[in-house]
Amino acid sequence: MASAPSRPAQPKGATGCLVLADGTVIWGRGFGAVGDAVGEVCFNTAMTGYQEVMTDPSYAAQIVTFTFPHIGNVGANSEDVESVVEGAVGCVVREDVTEPSNFRSLERFQEWMEKNGKIGLSGVDTRALTRRIRQSGAPNAVIAHSTDGKFDIPALIQRAQEWAGLEGMDLAVRVTRAGQEDWEGGYWRLGHGYGRAAHDATPHVVAIDYGAKDNIFRNLVRAGAKVTVVPAKTAYDDIMALKPDGVFLSNGPGDPAATGEYAVPVISKLLAADMPLFGICLGHQMLALAAGAKTIKMHQGHRGANHPVQRVGEGWGETTGMVEITSMNHGFAVDADTLPETLEQTHVSLFDGSNCGIAVKGRRAFGVQYHPEASPGPQDSFYLFEKFVGGLG
Amino acid sequence: MPKRNDISSILVIGAGPIIIGQACEFDYSGTQAIKALKEEGYRVILVNSNPATIMTDPEFADATYIEPVTPEIVAKIIAKEKPDALLPTMGGQTALNCALALEEMGVLEEHGVEMIGAKADAIDKAENRQRFRDAMDKIGLESARSGVANTIEEAREIVKRTGLPSIIRPSFTLGGTGGGIAYNTQEFDRIVREGLDASPTTEVLIEESLLGWKEYEMEVVRDKADNCIIICSIENVDPMGVHTGDSITVAPALTLTDKEYQIMRNASIAVLREIGVETGGSNVQFAVNPADGRLIVIEMNPRVSRSSALASKATGFPIARVAAKLAVGYTLDEITNEITGATPASFEPTIDYVVTKIPRFAFEKFKGAEPLLATAMKSVGEVMAIGRNFQESVQKALRGLETGLDGFNRMVDLEGASKDVITAALSKRTPDRLLQVGQAFREGLSLEDIQDVTGYDPWFLRQIEGIIEAEKEVQADGLPRDAQGLRRLKSMGFSDRRLATLAVRSVGVKDGLAETQAKRSGLLHDALQAMAGATSEEEVRALRQKLGVNPVFKRIDSCAAEFEAITPYMYSTYEAPSFGEPECEADVSSAKKIVILGGGPNRIGQGIEFDYCCVHACFALAEQGYETIMVNCNPETVSTDYDTSDRLYFEPLTAEDVLEILRVEQQSGELVGVIVQFGGQTPLKLAQALEDEGIPILGTSPDAIDHAEDRERFAKLVNELGLKQPDNGIAYTRDEAAAAAARIGYPVLLRPSFVLGGRAMEIVDSEAQLDDYIKTAVNVSGDSPVLVDQYLRDAIECDVDALCDGDEVRVAGVMQHIEEAGVHSGDSACTLPPYSLPKEIIEEMERQAEALAFALKVRGLMNVQFAVKDGEVYLIEVNPRASRTVPFVAKAIGQPVAKIAARVMAGEKLADFEPFRRDLPYMAIKEAVFPFARFPGSDPVLSPEMKSTGEVMGLDCAFEPAFFKSQLGAGMILPQSGTVFVSVKNSDKVNIVPAVKDLLDCGFTVIATAGTQKYLSEQGLAVERVNKVAEGQPHIVDKIIDGEIALIFNTTEGWQSLKDSKSIRAGALEKKIPYYTTAAASRAVAASIKALEPSQLEVRSLQDYYS
Repeated sequence: MASAPSRPAQPKGATGCLVLADGTVIWGRGFGAVGDAVGEVCFNTAMTGYQEVMTDPSYAAQIVTFTFPHIGNVGANSEDVESVVEGAVGCVVREDVTEPSNFRSLERFQEWMEKNGKIGLSGVDTRALTRRIRQSGAPNAVIAHSTDGKFDIPALIQRAQEWAGLEGMDLAVRVTRAGQEDWEGGYWRLGHGYGRAAHDATPHVVAIDYGAKDNIFRNLVRAGAKVTVVPAKTAYDDIMALKPDGVFLSNGPGDPAATGEYAVPVISKLLAADMPLFGICLGHQMLALAAGAKTIKMHQGHRGANHPVQRVGEGWGETTGMVEITSMNHGFAVDADTLPETLEQTHVSLFDGSNCGIAVKGRRAFGVQYHPEASPGPQDSFYLFEKFVGGLG
Repeated sequence: MPKRNDISSILVIGAGPIIIGQACEFDYSGTQAIKALKEEGYRVILVNSNPATIMTDPEFADATYIEPVTPEIVAKIIAKEKPDALLPTMGGQTALNCALALEEMGVLEEHGVEMIGAKADAIDKAENRQRFRDAMDKIGLESARSGVANTIEEAREIVKRTGLPSIIRPSFTLGGTGGGIAYNTQEFDRIVREGLDASPTTEVLIEESLLGWKEYEMEVVRDKADNCIIICSIENVDPMGVHTGDSITVAPALTLTDKEYQIMRNASIAVLREIGVETGGSNVQFAVNPADGRLIVIEMNPRVSRSSALASKATGFPIARVAAKLAVGYTLDEITNEITGATPASFEPTIDYVVTKIPRFAFEKFKGAEPLLATAMKSVGEVMAIGRNFQESVQKALRGLETGLDGFNRMVDLEGASKDVITAALSKRTPDRLLQVGQAFREGLSLEDIQDVTGYDPWFLRQIEGIIEAEKEVQADGLPRDAQGLRRLKSMGFSDRRLATLAVRSVGVKDGLAETQAKRSGLLHDALQAMAGATSEEEVRALRQKLGVNPVFKRIDSCAAEFEAITPYMYSTYEAPSFGEPECEADVSSAKKIVILGGGPNRIGQGIEFDYCCVHACFALAEQGYETIMVNCNPETVSTDYDTSDRLYFEPLTAEDVLEILRVEQQSGELVGVIVQFGGQTPLKLAQALEDEGIPILGTSPDAIDHAEDRERFAKLVNELGLKQPDNGIAYTRDEAAAAAARIGYPVLLRPSFVLGGRAMEIVDSEAQLDDYIKTAVNVSGDSPVLVDQYLRDAIECDVDALCDGDEVRVAGVMQHIEEAGVHSGDSACTLPPYSLPKEIIEEMERQAEALAFALKVRGLMNVQFAVKDGEVYLIEVNPRASRTVPFVAKAIGQPVAKIAARVMAGEKLADFEPFRRDLPYMAIKEAVFPFARFPGSDPVLSPEMKSTGEVMGLDCAFEPAFFKSQLGAGMILPQSGTVFVSVKNSDKVNIVPAVKDLLDCGFTVIATAGTQKYLSEQGLAVERVNKVAEGQPHIVDKIIDGEIALIFNTTEGWQSLKDSKSIRAGALEKKIPYYTTAAASRAVAASIKALEPSQLEVRSLQDYYS
């Protein structure tokens, strides 16, 4: 939209705002942590799973606009957490957060946000904001919350404008683990919580953490693997020293090209060594880069829990053409036009035809753009974990 | 995968008449399905006995059979049309059961007809309780502890294991008929017996009670490539124990975490796969223990349902249309999402608003039936509302219900009541429970108290508490005077009218003084206005407009704005001005536009017939190049399908909501006018408010409508025209009523003014009865007088539907009622053409209709009711608007009466249209269908008060077969032999003789009560005597209960005789014995039985009749 930035007067009782880099100020009521934070504003259309979204490291340096108006209804608990590291910096919602109602709720969403240093803004026409993102792309912005309602708007605008943005940004280094970890968590069941990984499980998967969601590891465990998680910058030799049967490339935030500067050489070596590989989201993009494709920044990205993905190409047998409803969270994508001969496209988005999956021909290496680990979202795609783990050893 | 080319013709089975549990949602789904199949080039054959449906319009299917939806009749259609396939999933339980029966009878195999959408085995697996449970066990899903019983003894064994309270569900019944909740062994025995009886397979499921558990529904669609998607999740506000059709529900589910939601999603899909629903939509219901999330599968419907209509309207995803395409071989990814035009149907809709559905009930029509909700459905309609939050959504729904609510109105009977009294009220599952919850908060009960007794989730309770808190603020301080404050209230869904009521109370004058003064003008009023902010709906509106607080319109786009929507399907909301001005997506066109106001929720007296008219107005005006804009809030209808009109506003039909739509629509283009005459009483009530705002009304003016409805004005007109009306009077007090009745002479017909569907009308024979009526049925006052009419006993009643363009009047149809005058016209069977009226009488009625049309300056449709007695024509009433009979007339004569009327209203002349076909070489008979079985305790007798929920049409070459079909379609299977019981009032004794003769000729045994027996014997008829109930046992009711009676003719006169015979009708109802309460209908029945056997009935398509 080419209209002039909107700068309405601060309404009475406004304790929060979202200040876009173009100077637009959106007023509302702040909740959660006090202060301000900068990031890219995206929208997520999932109707459940706000806590998982807020703790997904892929949302680092992002402010999530939830399109569903009631957020916080089911409170917060200690289980629906995808990572303890930095996730989304804040969220924008339509309705004031209500008191929670759910048997698993341990605390109010507002308090949980505060404890986790995340800033919330309510009372916003999130649909108007979403439409703006759809039309003009995801803006950089500052989200701010001040209990006395005092804001230095020019300073906030300046901060939003000075922020470099996600393109070219390696955020994986910020959200990856500091050290190696033997993954302990198993799959979640109602009434039982998370299980525990079996220590004697085989095969052994080494998972490179670029900002991973824990549910990926839980799904690998569920598929029968023993999982060792290593930091993003772990060297090829150190990975091989763990004697993996396969290597998993995790999701993560930021620009794949930036993170790829150090990750791609490692992945290329793994590929050359015919190591079985499975990449999700950022991991998928970097696998593509390692195999010679390119990635692009998308106009508005895909973020939601209703995205249809179709199985295409050879190798699916009877299930070619099958559609999975998937959870997605990505602002960059593999450019399908740049796939080299060695790569086969295995999945496409039915929303816009963008690439959603690749396989390296003649190798046991594949990746998907979406999130088969779900959490939040549909669990239609668990078969990918079985395919990966089942094909090892 | 492409569509199938190995089939070329498909039979679609419709749902038949509108009944409780099966309303116009199946017209919506069937219409979508037929359109979808026609698009693919298939020859579509349709059977549906309901003439008031859009799907039976002759231009939809290639061959349209308005014939009874019974296996025997459908078998004849199959034999004649030889379809390649049968689609059984669009016509509710009726169609499924019919298809299963055809399969069992071997008809499908014999004619090589393939069932598509759902196979017989999958249907059986879903419907058969035991097989369903076994299937759930197999996929590891829990079911409630239960057992299946075929006898009362088996049931008693099972309940020892499952415990009380116990849920009893009969197999294969609609909307849970015959089921219930038993709290003690006595209730248990009774409900089990009823359930065994109601079940066509004499089978009931005895189940562990999940009372108080949360209830959810998932709408699932599957294609043959095994792609499964969830269209919508629905959460019931009413916990388990109330039938989901009677529950207040919201979409999407609001109190589940993603982990819990995904468990339910996986379970739903697993259910479809295991049951084997190959393609199409299904509905899976769950109960969830609020304490620990334990999930139990309740049931699944392997077909489109009421919930799928709701889900379609709630999300914009057309489930029936997609299901039809899937049934012929497409996969979801091959079908386009027409809302976005850019994305495929293989996705899960996501929404950015909250949808609330509230059912509408009609207990007041069924005296004696307790207004309690349980597992058998009782509601007759529903309203759906959309808001950006729950509060806005639920308050819009409450005012959209049109039961006189502006929001959470006060429950006067609980005001100041003790906590015990309120708790006791809340503990009953009544239709008013939501409002009682609001009142309980007002009376100071805590959320926990209310939660304990209602089982409502605290999340919803807190939202309601928030509404009540906000009400208190307004009651204390008046309205906020700033935009932000007012917008906050409006975004909570408060109507202007409710705000006015609350604001006036802030002035603090007790005893209604402020309310009275607020209605006047002058200094006191001005002072009140200054203190309260506003004292009336109009003043709140003015204040809003002054402050710039207007709603904006957002799109229902199935994707939460992720993609652009090309379909203008909208709802209103009050939005924060996040980017300067609140963002409105109405995107109004510059076209010439006509707004059609729909009929709101279905109710007895205003149902599908009016939606049919509205839809026709849309179609006709669109064909003439107008942009059509539909406003309605009934999710079951065709009118609220996004492709019926050019633009659709899913909004309550109140002056406030409609005026806001018109305000926005008038921002561009030309508003040619609004049609208020097609949607029944609902839009008519808005006519004045619209005129006051200078909105052009198309067609007959609201003043002319008032002229016809206002007794005094109308009486004057009748006099001027020299027409004859039954003697009548108007009474503002009890004494005036008694005096008027004495002057006119008993019997008289009493009724309140301004009603539709004859609510609270009664024929009284004495002053004692008159007193009873005044005391119990109406509130006589200066504002609501009672009308007293001479009752023309044994007169023949007629309906005339006519059109007028100002220059010419054309009669579309004259219908002769079969029941005598005094039975509500909506409840009478009627024939077109008249079956026994002399030509001169018909011409006289036509002459009078013409005179009235000109005098009232009718532009469009008009309905006149006449009574004929002793060769004299009496004018009963005139309605210068669309009537209930319009679709029946249109189907009978084969001409689009409603469409022509809409075009006349827009300025065209009748001379431009073909004359109506009046000389029909066949007979069309309309019969009404009643829900008495749903209301135990009520008396199943016909009266001036309308009680029917729907209608069927019997069409054949002559009266007898057409009548036979009309009875068959209405679910009355006329016996071919057995014992007939006859007991008639004195004045009917002569009239009943031919009927008795006919039946004796056919070999029936006839028994009668003393008086009737004596008279008939004197006529030389061999009739045996049977005791009346009062004469001691064994009496007639014993015989009825023992199954010895095949048919009943029972007419009564006067209040006492009616009371005495109630147990006969109740017994007949229970035993499903055809019974007739008028002599005329009895004669028609006997004549039909004599004339033919059901196997001789022939089927013929509308297209064939018309050609």
